[in-house]
Amino acid sequence: MASSQNNRNQADGGFVYLPLIAGWLVPGAGHFLLRKWGRGALLAGSILGMFVIGIAMQGKLYAGAHDILDMLGFAGDLGNGLLYVVSRAAGLGADQVTQTTGDYGTRFIVVAGLLNVISAVDAHNLRTGRKR
Amino acid sequence: MFHPSHFAAVVLFALFASVVFGITQRDTPRRMVRYGLYCFVLFVGSAIVLSWVMYFIAR
Repeated sequence: MASSQNNRNQADGGFVYLPLIAGWLVPGAGHFLLRKWGRGALLAGSILGMFVIGIAMQGKLYAGAHDILDMLGFAGDLGNGLLYVVSRAAGLGADQVTQTTGDYGTRFIVVAGLLNVISAVDAHNLRTGRKR
Repeated sequence: MFHPSHFAAVVLFALFASVVFGITQRDTPRRMVRYGLYCFVLFVGSAIVLSWVMYFIAR
């Protein structure tokens, strides 16, 4: 009863999509906005860790779409939000994958973006009261 | 730069993905931990099983 009341109160005020957008732009930020500190820290650590390891493995950051696979990779990379923008601006990531670990790194970066989207949608569900 | 072995890469991938799956797909902390562990075991276990399958196919 108290929990459902709390959820309803959370869902009542403010811009309802703010946790979704914040969570997409900065990993874990959507949960931090909802004062879910532990969950936010774990999600941020996991997504940031995966992205940083992908970059360290000389993974490729997709810059555009030349074919359907590039397009899917680019969409996955965009899921990283500001991480992607900042990394591109800083010139991080390999232009071409020349070794096996670079290929793994490319997948790490794409999957980090997809996990970030899942995390942002989870923050939105918490915000609307669909999830506790 | 970082050059992990294939198995180390699988373990890292499984660890990070399992944490996110556990937190986002379950409601209570206890169920999150259990689901996260379940995903981790499935990720690593399936990689090991498929590796052995491919090893025997290649022979």
